Amino acid sequence: MRQPPGTLARYTTAARINHWITAGCLILLALSGMALFHPSLFFLSSLFGGGAYTRAIHPWFGSVLLISFALLFIRFVRHNLWNRDDTRWMGAIRHVLANDEEHAPEVGRYNAGQKLVFWAMTLLILVLFASGLVIWDTYFFGYTTIEQKRIAQLLHSLAAVAIIGVWIVHVYAALWVRGSVQGMTRGVVSAGWSWRHHRKWLRESAQRR
Amino acid sequence: MADFQSLDIRRLSASTEVPPNIRDATQVAKLIDVSRCIGCKACQAACMEWNDLRDDIGYFEGSYDNPSDLTPSSWTLMRFTEWENPQGNLEWLIRKDGCMHCADPGCLKACPSPGAIVQYQNGIVDFISENCIGCGYCIKGCPFNIPRLSQADQKVYKCTLCSDRVAVGQEPACAKACPTGAIVFGTKSDMTAWAGERIEDLKSRGFDQAGLYDPPGVGGTHVMYVLHHADTPSIYAGLPDNPHISRLVQAWKGMMKPIAMAGLAFTAVVGFVHWIAAGPNEVQPEDEAKGRDALDDKR
Repeated sequence: MRQPPGTLARYTTAARINHWITAGCLILLALSGMALFHPSLFFLSSLFGGGAYTRAIHPWFGSVLLISFALLFIRFVRHNLWNRDDTRWMGAIRHVLANDEEHAPEVGRYNAGQKLVFWAMTLLILVLFASGLVIWDTYFFGYTTIEQKRIAQLLHSLAAVAIIGVWIVHVYAALWVRGSVQGMTRGVVSAGWSWRHHRKWLRESAQRR
Repeated sequence: MADFQSLDIRRLSASTEVPPNIRDATQVAKLIDVSRCIGCKACQAACMEWNDLRDDIGYFEGSYDNPSDLTPSSWTLMRFTEWENPQGNLEWLIRKDGCMHCADPGCLKACPSPGAIVQYQNGIVDFISENCIGCGYCIKGCPFNIPRLSQADQKVYKCTLCSDRVAVGQEPACAKACPTGAIVFGTKSDMTAWAGERIEDLKSRGFDQAGLYDPPGVGGTHVMYVLHHADTPSIYAGLPDNPHISRLVQAWKGMMKPIAMAGLAFTAVVGFVHWIAAGPNEVQPEDEAKGRDALDDKR
């Protein structure tokens, strides 16, 4: 694809596909998981063909997500290492929330908020997968005690609620900061968007051209 | 005489509906007098027979327990314990294990599928298998380690207290078959009174600690034991001394549900309020100009 003038490539096609597989899995997991979490949301199980199908397919979504997210992690981890500017940026979060980023340090490829989302997702997905295996009774019932399963069950639901919260933050931030979504749909962002939100990354990208 | 009122539902799993509760149904109970049990396994045979269950042939595990554990098709089981009492004598303790039909059932509390577990007005806790989704949550909820997940159909099974027999005025099959009268069935108050007589008799024969096992931690049970050593239930093949629904399960199925839903709703509302207050963060024309300059400078 020819890149339109005045834009920067932000995500390769492979990265975008990788992201949307992960996103799809996370949404399906949230819907099927919430169906089993609260009686008032049990109707969501109809989306998956009833309660038994929901119970059966949920851990498979999780398995696909784990692999897909692992690839995403390998792609992005080096851009998400924490540095001193990130701490300063967090200190100026009040200005950022007021749409005034001039008072915050210049940002590289990712800002501190995005990095926190990245690491929260990583940690929670690990907790969810490990605890999920313990309560995947169809295949793994015999490997753990009932008390261990109770702990896993509670951890799984706590981590699930936390990751849905992180997801809400992630989606809201993408909608709030206009011009972000097209980075993940078309792979490019405008020079103006980069200047406004990721100035250091813009300069680095310009030098690399 | 048929007693279909006993099929009225008191509690329904994963449901926000409140079943009708104004009628005062008779509470039933099965009393298992451990001191009268001879370990003949007639109850096990009767259970298989009435419920049309045939377990797989198992293996000898070095004990009289046969099969060695409860399974999806063995809903009751005699558990044998060779216990040395403080006088140094052997006592052969035989306990018929199976669902205790708790007044506060942990399985029902944990179940996420509407109507897969019900508690009838008479106190019987029953699994309605058509609605069971096979998640195994009831196994985590049960304080007595009773429900078993079937690999054949991914559904969970346990003793029904012969709810089908009780509904037509019959006693459970195990009670019907018991040759020594160790298993009796009736109203909970009658069974408690009968247990009292038995306990008095046992005490007169030197079992000072004889007593009734009707644990208050689960609100009492609709299957009760007369134990000669009621001070230490755990010597009877691990019968819990003080059973209660695990605090982990209570947290997961209690406080956590409303707090989690409110927390997520709050997060979304905060986002919305931020949108209303600060509005979208839009790229301005000057950003675009400066961005293009920055791109071109280095070209």
